[in-house]
Order: sequence, then structure tokens, then C-alpha cells
Amino acid sequence: MSWPCCRRSRGVDVGHLTDAAIALGPLLEEAARPDRGGVTTFLGLVRNHQDGRTVLRLEYSAYLPMAEAETDRIIAEAAARWPARVVVRHRVGALVIGDIAVAVVAAAAHRAEAFEACRYVIEELKRRVPVWKKEFYADGTIEWVDPTARPARVERT
Amino acid sequence: MPVRVLLFAAYRDAAGREVIDLPLPAPATVAEVLRQLKLAVPGAGALPERPLVAVNQVHARLESPVADGDELALLPPLAGG
Repeated sequence: MSWPCCRRSRGVDVGHLTDAAIALGPLLEEAARPDRGGVTTFLGLVRNHQDGRTVLRLEYSAYLPMAEAETDRIIAEAAARWPARVVVRHRVGALVIGDIAVAVVAAAAHRAEAFEACRYVIEELKRRVPVWKKEFYADGTIEWVDPTARPARVERT
Repeated sequence: MPVRVLLFAAYRDAAGREVIDLPLPAPATVAEVLRQLKLAVPGAGALPERPLVAVNQVHARLESPVADGDELALLPPLAGG
């Protein structure tokens, strides 16, 4: 199923999902307001390893209309709990190591609400927003990432 | 009644299809749609017993009702962020 990616107005992304590189500056501007003195940012970057394997690149895909709607719902939940403005961008398409995969910017009057709203939104996003990640490994294999099937973490002493 | 089933990521690869329109007797539940899908589409047999599901772009449960014209999505384990 393909949907037009992504929500745009006059060539500029206005949805939460984007196939263009994420730049932090515009997101900070979008969240800023003179009465918001505390701003927290979470950035998820493409990592070069997963479960001991070397990752070369990856591709994100999404159920776009639901991903937009679910992100709207999560942001609304955060706004109901904290007096914070939260801006989210999540990439779809092909990414390389170090690219920003997801950005969450939360702005509030003070830092406590900004930290809490930011944490809430990234955790709920990972749990609820329909996005999938296909990883391309150095050994030539390609896999859809299944976070629920990861081997148990070995405690290091 | 017609129900549109969407498959994504690993489930789409397994079934070899991403959109499947299934005729179903009303009323139905998500579980019933899943059962019919596995009968109708050979590759869908590999789908788990209890996948994540969404009805009309809202997370739902296997027991959730499915109505005429609904869009049912089967969601592999989410991996965003």
C-alpha cells in the first residue's frame, strides 16, 4: 500500500513522518515560544551495530496514515499531562549510519515538564507508532528488526 | 461484507501481498478475519497467532469487531525510533 509521502504544504514537511533529512533547527523554532524557557531534545541516530552485528544502512517504512494519527494522539496525551509543546519527526526511507532517525523536541515553561513530556512521547512512539526497520548488515544479510525477539541481554561484569 | 486487509514489512514479504480484499460474513471479529486470511492467502499461514492489529488506523484487539468496509491492518513488531 503506498500513500503519498509525506504530509507537505508548499513543499515543506508538516507531518510527523518525513522522507527528507531531519534538521533540528526548524524543529526548535517550531516548539519555541517566549514563555517556554525549557527545551529538551531526544535524537535517535542510526547505529552501526545491532546485537553484535555490523549494520551498514537501514530502511524505515510505515503505515503512514496511522503513524501520523497515532503520533497526533501521543502528542495530545502529552499536552494533556504537561503544559508542553512537543514536535516529532520520524524518517522513512533509506538511512545511513549517523542519520537522525527520530527527533522529539519538547518545550515548556520549565525543564521538568519538558523532560517528562519528551520522555513520554519517545517511549510511546516506540511502543505504538507503526514504523518498521529493515537493517542491512556487513555480512550481506538483510532483516526486519523485531525488538520483541532480541536475545536476552548478557550482563557484563 | 468486504474488508480490506493491509500487510506491512515482514508480513507483507511472507504473504507476498500488501492489500487483500476479503469477503466475510457479518458480523466478524479481527480473529475471524485473520483466520479467513490464512485460508485465502498461502503465505499468510506463517503469520503469528496473535499479531498486533489496527482497525481503521487505531490499535485494536483480536476480539475487536470488524464492520463492512473497515480497514484491518496486521502490524509486525514495531521498530520505530
